[in-house]
Amino acid sequence: MLIAATLAIFIAMLLAIIRGIAGPTLYDRILAVNMFGTKTVLLISLLGFLMGRPEFLDIAIVYALINFISVIGILRYSDKNEFKHHKELDKEP
Amino acid sequence: MLVAVATIRMKDLFATIMLVGIYGLLSASFFVAMDAVDVAFTEAAVGAGISTLLMLVAITMTGRSENTTRHKPLLALVVVVITGGLLIYGTLDMPYFGAKDAPIHTHVAPRYINDSKQEIGVQNIVTSVLASYRAFDTLGEVVVIFTAGIGVLALLSVAHPARQNEKSDKIESYNDSMHKQHLVVRIVAKMLIPFILLFALYVQFHGDFGPGGGFQAGVIFAAAIILYTMLFGINTARRVINQSFIQLIAATGVLLYASVGVVSMLNGGNFLDYNVLSLNPIAGQHLGILLIELGVGCTVASVMTIIFFNLADRREMQLSIKKHRKKDKDSTPC
Amino acid sequence: MDIMVIILSGIPLLIGSFLCISGSIGILRFPDFYTRIHAVGVTDTLGTGLILLSLMLLSTDFLVIAKLVIILLLTLLTSPTTSHVLAKAAMYNGVKPVLKQS
Repeated sequence: MLIAATLAIFIAMLLAIIRGIAGPTLYDRILAVNMFGTKTVLLISLLGFLMGRPEFLDIAIVYALINFISVIGILRYSDKNEFKHHKELDKEP
Repeated sequence: MLVAVATIRMKDLFATIMLVGIYGLLSASFFVAMDAVDVAFTEAAVGAGISTLLMLVAITMTGRSENTTRHKPLLALVVVVITGGLLIYGTLDMPYFGAKDAPIHTHVAPRYINDSKQEIGVQNIVTSVLASYRAFDTLGEVVVIFTAGIGVLALLSVAHPARQNEKSDKIESYNDSMHKQHLVVRIVAKMLIPFILLFALYVQFHGDFGPGGGFQAGVIFAAAIILYTMLFGINTARRVINQSFIQLIAATGVLLYASVGVVSMLNGGNFLDYNVLSLNPIAGQHLGILLIELGVGCTVASVMTIIFFNLADRREMQLSIKKHRKKDKDSTPC
Repeated sequence: MDIMVIILSGIPLLIGSFLCISGSIGILRFPDFYTRIHAVGVTDTLGTGLILLSLMLLSTDFLVIAKLVIILLLTLLTSPTTSHVLAKAAMYNGVKPVLKQS
């Protein structure tokens, strides 16, 4: 059963890479990388259980954190209008 | 290999960085599949995480696409091919990967695996090899990291004028203007950062029993500081963490490592021989490994923070120069 | 008793992996960027939660269960935030949503 789940996640990662290569805008690619990252966390946990070594869970925690920080970093440093004060925010809804 | 070829061919630097990140992840997965836990840990933290972040900050200063080369670099290609060919020729003499009668499998590895428990007494053999049998190599690595930090400081540091009071008003208004935009992420990050720091401490001291150790812990610590800096602005981060304090910690890490070796010499053993550090050899080994891992963690965390702060400073300077130029252009009457 | 545990942990595993695959098919076939964010964010978080729940049922050591709970809480906290930040950044940089079927 675990092997079936591992294969399923592996297929999901492959499909995410296809979207990552072929996405028309930059943000599609960032989304694909983020999805690849969360699937990697799952894959490492499942592989750890399959191989009987629960130390892999530390790697999974680290990778979940790194994934989050990397996506925030990419978005922070790729803004074109980064430090402009956006006028839409001043109007109260 | 597909990812590596795609990385070289793409001209858009941003996509290149993304591909490098994916490459680091794939390597980490290979190491996991080969059952090498510590290496996978370090690769996931450093290769897929910190390198991507630092490269991103670097290309915000250099621009998004690569300059087209005007001449075909034939000479460089010839040199690379000859060097690669010589290196491959040199490795033909070595035994095959995983062969049973290679010297590394008959002499070196069994000795480590069999004797490490009695001689050193830590459960994680990777830590015992890295920190005790091969401690001198690890000292070299730490010095290399420290030198990289010094290099970045020497080349890229921006002189800060003394902070006057009128500057602090500008800082407050900048933070307020960012506040509404990034409110959700800021709150989530505020909840996460103490946990990340605590996890870094856990990894540092848990290196004896599971995967971990100084290098990974330093990288995770620096990642928490980078997250704070990205979301709250470099000026606020500089007020929280003083640059001279960080430089002091970087130097203290290397000093701690080397002085453990000197103390061993003063106690009568060889350089970096931990057996003489305490009453019985096993306790001495534990103490020695603890101290040098602490030194490694300090140095790695502070050097990564120094590199990131300096790159972010440079970027801030570039952006403010651009803003001043735009303001001058707008204010001159056409 | 063993069979009971295996079956009980197999159900979230199957549902979770089905959700993950359907999320990745969604990211390939949805027409617009903003809809793709929905596909990834929702199915990722729920799929991760279910698979980690089944792993928790399979393990015996308390430390392993604690680490799995930590990964679960972390994912629950960071995955929706990432979707939010992505959508916001795309909005401010000019990615326009497809508003009517053309």
